[in-house]
Amino acid sequence: MPWVDACGAAWTRLGARDIGSSDRALRAGFFRKGRRKSRCCLRQGQDHPVRLTAQNLAVRRSGRRIFSDIAFTLDAGEALMVTGRNGAGKSTLLAVLSGRLKPETGSLIVDDVGEATLSECLHVVGHRDGLKSPLTAEENLAFARDLLGAPTASPRAALEELGLGHALKLPVAYLSAGQRRRVALARLLVCRRPLWLLDEPTAALDVASQAVLAGMMARHRAAGGLVIAATHQALGLDGARELRIEPARSEATALPDASVTRDAVAGDVWW
Amino acid sequence: MVMRALKALVARDLALAARVGGSGALSLVFFLMIVAVVPFALGPDLNLLSRIGPAILWLAAVLATLIGLDRLFQADEEDGSLDLMTGAPVPLELVVLAKVLAHWLTTGLPLALAAPLFGLLVALNGTAMAATSLTLLVGTPALTFIGAVGSALTASIRRGGLILAVLVLPLMIPTLIFGVSASEAALGGTVPFTTPLAILAALSLIAGVVGTLAAAAALRWSE
Repeated sequence: MPWVDACGAAWTRLGARDIGSSDRALRAGFFRKGRRKSRCCLRQGQDHPVRLTAQNLAVRRSGRRIFSDIAFTLDAGEALMVTGRNGAGKSTLLAVLSGRLKPETGSLIVDDVGEATLSECLHVVGHRDGLKSPLTAEENLAFARDLLGAPTASPRAALEELGLGHALKLPVAYLSAGQRRRVALARLLVCRRPLWLLDEPTAALDVASQAVLAGMMARHRAAGGLVIAATHQALGLDGARELRIEPARSEATALPDASVTRDAVAGDVWW
Repeated sequence: MVMRALKALVARDLALAARVGGSGALSLVFFLMIVAVVPFALGPDLNLLSRIGPAILWLAAVLATLIGLDRLFQADEEDGSLDLMTGAPVPLELVVLAKVLAHWLTTGLPLALAAPLFGLLVALNGTAMAATSLTLLVGTPALTFIGAVGSALTASIRRGGLILAVLVLPLMIPTLIFGVSASEAALGGTVPFTTPLAILAALSLIAGVVGTLAAAAALRWSE
């Protein structure tokens, strides 16, 4: 039904208006003819390296400043580890990146993904795992694949990769915390999205599964994907940069980051 | 791609309603309970029952619709599925539409189909049963769409069920009025049956547009 897709395109365009209305890459996508073409770019991903730039991010929740002046640039294949004490705002930063929270100031710019909005470019695996307990692992993954689009692997293949092939037909309610987490991680494999946001991905995972996850992340980065993980422990991310969120008051800064040279302007982020 | 995502959403919500703990059969049972309790309260006066029968069925339908509504978005908000949906390459308005459709298929439609059967309990004759069933079929979408707005507004509030009922019930009054008056017009009177029925259909269509947009706006706003 082409008209439905057309409506969808129009709506998404409305919503997409400003992840940087000044951003050249996005604007180029905006005027490009034919949405399908740009969709394909997103799907293949490797051809068009994705880059995420965050500038001057500050978040205030219930009047309390959580952090400010967060800035980083992630090029294709790079990974960022977000660290900090409990309650420092790691999950809050991920929520901002995923579009669930709006930052007080600052901007987020994602380049070279055509017309897709930031939230359409990312996978989120966090504490709220998005799994429905009464449904089987396979049904959960098939739903995520159909909903998110750009399918890459079958639920069976994804689960087998994470060593859960036997749980394919089991309701998620029967699984342990670690197994649930692995089903949620299998979502990363069933459809391709360039940016992975992982909130303590190794929580409840056994050593073997942590190694599998490290392998998954390495492959994703080799294919030009980005990984941002909030974590307390080493994740086996080679050459990952670290963003340490310090308690409010003192400046929260990224490691020296010379790559922020773009002249993109700050602006409110809405998507 | 959009159709595929929406189909997946509807199929998932239907599957969830059918599984253990789902609200599929529950609202129908609740509907039956209310309709069955009223004759006990009023006594075995068949004339009275058949006169107020359509009103009882409609009241029961309104209350039964309210029952499952508080979990419509809240359940997805709690376990993070809602984040999955906002990340889908589908506008949130269509997500709302798909979820409301699935909800109506599991509550409104069964209520409308079961109405003739439950009409027996309140001594309705054949014409009244058919009329009530038809008005419920036309009118329950309005109830679900109006309820979806309240459900979206209370999605992030724990135990938001009561607030939802307080918010939403007053907005359901017009639907209730025209639903009952259409059912009674079928039994005779000065107004032809189609006049209130047309208004009822209009209410459903308006609620469909306004409710979808408002619920999506409420979900975005609450984030």
